[in-house]
Amino acid sequence: MNSPTTPSDSYLLPGLPKPVASRDGLDTAYWDGLRDGRLCLQFCNGCGKFQWGPEWVCHRCHSFDLTYKDTPAEGILYSHQRVWHPVHPALADQGPYVIVLVELPAADGVRIVGNLVGGPHQELVIGAPVHGVFEHHPDDEPAFSLLHWKF
Amino acid sequence: MTERTLRGKAAVVGVAETKYYRWGQSPDPEFKMAIEAVLNVCEDAGISPRDVDGFSSYSNDRSDASRLAAAIGINDLRFASMQWGGGGGGGSGALANAAAAVATGQAEAVVVFRALAQGQFGRFGQGPRNNTISGTGAHTVPYGLMSAAQQFAMKVTRFMHDHGVGHDAQKAISLASYHHAQNNPRAIMYGRPLDEETYDSSRWITEPFRLFDCCQENDGAAAMLIVSADRAKDFARPPCYVLGAVSGSHHRAGAPVHNTPDYGSSSFPTVAPRLYDMAKIGPSDVDVLQSYENFTGGVMMSIVEFGFCSPEEVNDYFTFENFVAPTGKLPLNTSGGNLAECYMHGLELNIEAVRQIWGESTSQVPDVNVSMVHSGPMVTPVSACVFGSEAAL
Ligand SMILES: [Zn+2]
Repeated sequence: MNSPTTPSDSYLLPGLPKPVASRDGLDTAYWDGLRDGRLCLQFCNGCGKFQWGPEWVCHRCHSFDLTYKDTPAEGILYSHQRVWHPVHPALADQGPYVIVLVELPAADGVRIVGNLVGGPHQELVIGAPVHGVFEHHPDDEPAFSLLHWKF
Repeated sequence: MTERTLRGKAAVVGVAETKYYRWGQSPDPEFKMAIEAVLNVCEDAGISPRDVDGFSSYSNDRSDASRLAAAIGINDLRFASMQWGGGGGGGSGALANAAAAVATGQAEAVVVFRALAQGQFGRFGQGPRNNTISGTGAHTVPYGLMSAAQQFAMKVTRFMHDHGVGHDAQKAISLASYHHAQNNPRAIMYGRPLDEETYDSSRWITEPFRLFDCCQENDGAAAMLIVSADRAKDFARPPCYVLGAVSGSHHRAGAPVHNTPDYGSSSFPTVAPRLYDMAKIGPSDVDVLQSYENFTGGVMMSIVEFGFCSPEEVNDYFTFENFVAPTGKLPLNTSGGNLAECYMHGLELNIEAVRQIWGESTSQVPDVNVSMVHSGPMVTPVSACVFGSEAAL
């Protein structure tokens, strides 16, 4: 696995907005986790289940006793899109790229969004297992990490 | 207890729009166009603009109701309502709010309107330009997921995957819309027909959407005038009654980061049955349909969720022949809609549905008594309505 302290090759060309934790602190543990090379999602102590995206209350049991817990970066391809038309100047010379929606069976089936590492024209198979690939940008201002996927 | 319903309690008595423009091409600022649309709808209905006493809009319309009331000098502002939610999800919701206001005596004459000048205020289909991003956008934008097309593409792909739907279903919607626009001098795409070959060879925006699966971006303003059913009888045209108007969305449609449980959906699974219940009709009673096309895939799921065909029937049901007026089984988007008339966030669809009841469409379907509108698929809340003639009551 790539080291959190070494800059990764970037899937997309640089220049898109960099993710930062929201001011209210709701997703700080998630972004801190990615920077450590961990997938860490919101977990309810009331009913013992994950939920994503993060919220102040558990939608299942209405507990406010929410924390964060690590979960394996192993998923199932739930849906996908191959993007052709750039809507941001940073992507003007990008060419087609693949966005995937990944379901996480070990985290009660919550979904997260990432890119699919590898060529943009690889076959996209819904239901196939995908494995997490961290992309670290320790030298950016602000520093951040992303989580991508590969078959 | 009396039945709680909007059915037959409110009616549309005027519809109007400004000239429609390609985005950024309007010579007038947005607020001026909003004023023009309000004055035009009053002229169409035959009332003094000073007797308008309410405004109802959606999608955080920037043309403030109190400023409009002051600018036009209306006598007494009694109702000012904004339907929550973005995109076109509130088109029929704003109508529902207006209908409720006149049905319950909160107001007498409410204008439902939408005004857009993207040259003045920036375009929808572009990503954010800041150095950083936080909140829900932080979980998608750094992966290059930032436009509306990108937000919805994976819902449509999942639906198509689950039900074995091919791409020709989306094509049929686009071809029908462009076909109808050729009869409509108001339409931006009037005089610019689309053939199958051009569609097939058009570039991908993001799969499964080609260029012609995506709505335009436009400048203009549109308005409708709503009064109570009793008062509607005093106007020149026969009343166009509201048979039903509802809004909302299914369980956790707004779950962040694409976590809606029923994901491959237009957000109508619970809204559609509520509309049919209120209107006391079923799919087979609908004479003509206007279904909001931010993207054709959204229309596809809306038509399924409203029960016009099952998901498994989509490949056979979605044909140009079925959607074209006047002969099709379900004439669809008969003004050209968001794809080819004008992207007025769907209010042009509500207006077209009313014109079909009045026999004033440029692609008129014969003997329309029940005319349906779907507003804003895949967003939340969405909304929908049914208009009816006197005979449909
Ligand atoms: Zn819980």
